[in-house]
Amino acid sequence: MFSRLIPVRSPNMLPDRDIDKSPILECIGVGINFGGLAAVEDFNIAIGRTEISGLIGPNGAGKTTVFNLLTKVYQPTKGTILLDGKDTHGMTTAQVNRAGIARTFQNIRLFGNLTVEENVTVAMDAQMTYNTLSGILRLPKFWKEERVAHERAMELLGLFNMQDMAGVKASSLPYGAQRRLEIVRALATNPSLLLLDEPAAGMNPSETAELMENIRKIRDVFQIAVLLIEHDMSLVMNICEGIAVLNFGRIIAKGTPADIQSDPAVIEAYLGKRKEA
Amino acid sequence: MRQYLKSMKTVTKVDFATYLGVILAFIIVTVCQSMGLLNRSMTGMLVPICCYVCMAVSLNLTVGILGELSLGHAGFMSVGAFSGIVTAMSLQSAIPNDLVRMILALIVGAFFAAVVGFIVGIPVLRLRGDYLAIVTLAFGEIIKDLINCLLVGWDENGLHIALNLDGTKSMSSLGLTENGIEIIKGAQGATGNARIATFTVGFVLVMITLIVVLNLVRSRTGRAVMAIRDNRIAAESVGLNVTKYKLTAFVVSTALAGAAGALFGLNYSNVTAAQFDFNTSILVLVYVVLGGLGNIWGSVVAATVLYILPEALRQFSDYRMLVYAIVLILVMLATNNPTFKAIFSRLRRKDDLPDTAGKEAQ
Repeated sequence: MFSRLIPVRSPNMLPDRDIDKSPILECIGVGINFGGLAAVEDFNIAIGRTEISGLIGPNGAGKTTVFNLLTKVYQPTKGTILLDGKDTHGMTTAQVNRAGIARTFQNIRLFGNLTVEENVTVAMDAQMTYNTLSGILRLPKFWKEERVAHERAMELLGLFNMQDMAGVKASSLPYGAQRRLEIVRALATNPSLLLLDEPAAGMNPSETAELMENIRKIRDVFQIAVLLIEHDMSLVMNICEGIAVLNFGRIIAKGTPADIQSDPAVIEAYLGKRKEA
Repeated sequence: MRQYLKSMKTVTKVDFATYLGVILAFIIVTVCQSMGLLNRSMTGMLVPICCYVCMAVSLNLTVGILGELSLGHAGFMSVGAFSGIVTAMSLQSAIPNDLVRMILALIVGAFFAAVVGFIVGIPVLRLRGDYLAIVTLAFGEIIKDLINCLLVGWDENGLHIALNLDGTKSMSSLGLTENGIEIIKGAQGATGNARIATFTVGFVLVMITLIVVLNLVRSRTGRAVMAIRDNRIAAESVGLNVTKYKLTAFVVSTALAGAAGALFGLNYSNVTAAQFDFNTSILVLVYVVLGGLGNIWGSVVAATVLYILPEALRQFSDYRMLVYAIVLILVMLATNNPTFKAIFSRLRRKDDLPDTAGKEAQ
């Protein structure tokens, strides 16, 4: 399909403030085959420690597959993923999360029968140390850690003004609040890289604008990197400092929003080729 | 006091109401018993009711909270029953006090059932899907046949255990001395047991089961287990060790079933492995489903009512099980009725839902 592959222009496109620090995430030649079909191939990317970056591309380009590779839902068949300089080879999804990658899902995956607060505190599990027995016996450690978790959950929910919903069952939340709760839950795991899979899907323009502010706020408050998949170009072009464009499992362009907007390969991928007269 | 009640979460209130209900029931029954208001058949039902309440509550931990189907809960009960009987019988001369022996039997029964639960659970709970149902179903049958071959006796030299796999062995091949006791006689089961289970011990076991299960559910472990039930992929993505938590919940559940089994076994002078068959597992599952999945007090009520019901229906003689089935169907219809559901949810929502959030999602 692609006669011409755009060479990767800058291997590292970190924002200036992150340039002298090592990137939080580095993918080197990552790829996966599903029974002979290369869903993602030769995926190279570096993300700065406090960078907001975007992954865009037409439907079926393999964007969510990239997220699933990063979080080890699928094990990559090729290449290396370095998280904070450490190879994540052979890790499970849970281990990758404990190492610092948290994510949200395209189709919301909350714990529907738990309350909003429990959805957040359950994500702090790795930070708790009391065991099942001290939980059953209600030892002082249990009360102490549960109180800390409660306070921290309320603080995190406060970011999105959701404290007063803490006791509500997650499945009975309105759609927008469910999306926000997923982000809060991901943040509760203390990530250094936050993956957002279509965070603005199904939102109206004012909600999207609010979301944009929130993503910036998260970056500023927690000093973490954000990688997001999004179809809403206004959001992507507005908040992303670096963008990678994926088509048929390959990166066809990387750069700043301005670079991407004028890139002929990107325009071709989205709009098709202009017919030569 | 009222202020304190108000500040409590609804779930905490429900938990305390459950404890209170069980304690009240115990007091009322004890008073009735001392006044001679209970007839013999009713007194005989008290300990089995406690057993089945424990069984239902512990199975609810696996089925309702963990969301895995177990069809061999009676198998774990039988492990607890027979190991409890062996403990109680072989310590008869060493510890003359019945209560101490009973408690030891409960602990040993719980321990062995937990070990067996761990062995069954560790390969199965790593898998996705309904494999636990298949494996526990097979386990229930296997353990029944194994205990049918089991010969256990005790004398001054200690325990004598033999497995009568090819049908050539009998109690005499254990080589017991004159003072020895035959405890488990293969397919005949355990006969001549000391009946040391009492209603008070049963009540205490019910309370312990409730405390263990409810405290587990309202702790980090229970939260994680329910999160795994609701969405496994998301649970992994927030760093939960899925196998560890599933195994913890399942082992606790089997341990409690073992303790209930020990209580059950020491309430009868004759116990055979055939009593803990598939039907018993399903019976307990019926209690759990009708009481409500994940609803602990529901299991307590359902186990009590549904255990008494067939006895109370004796006057219908042949139509007894028919009436029982009709009652089960009516309960299901009633609890699924939209009007009833609306009333229930309104009662539940009254105090802890601040806004209209619930309505918007629908």
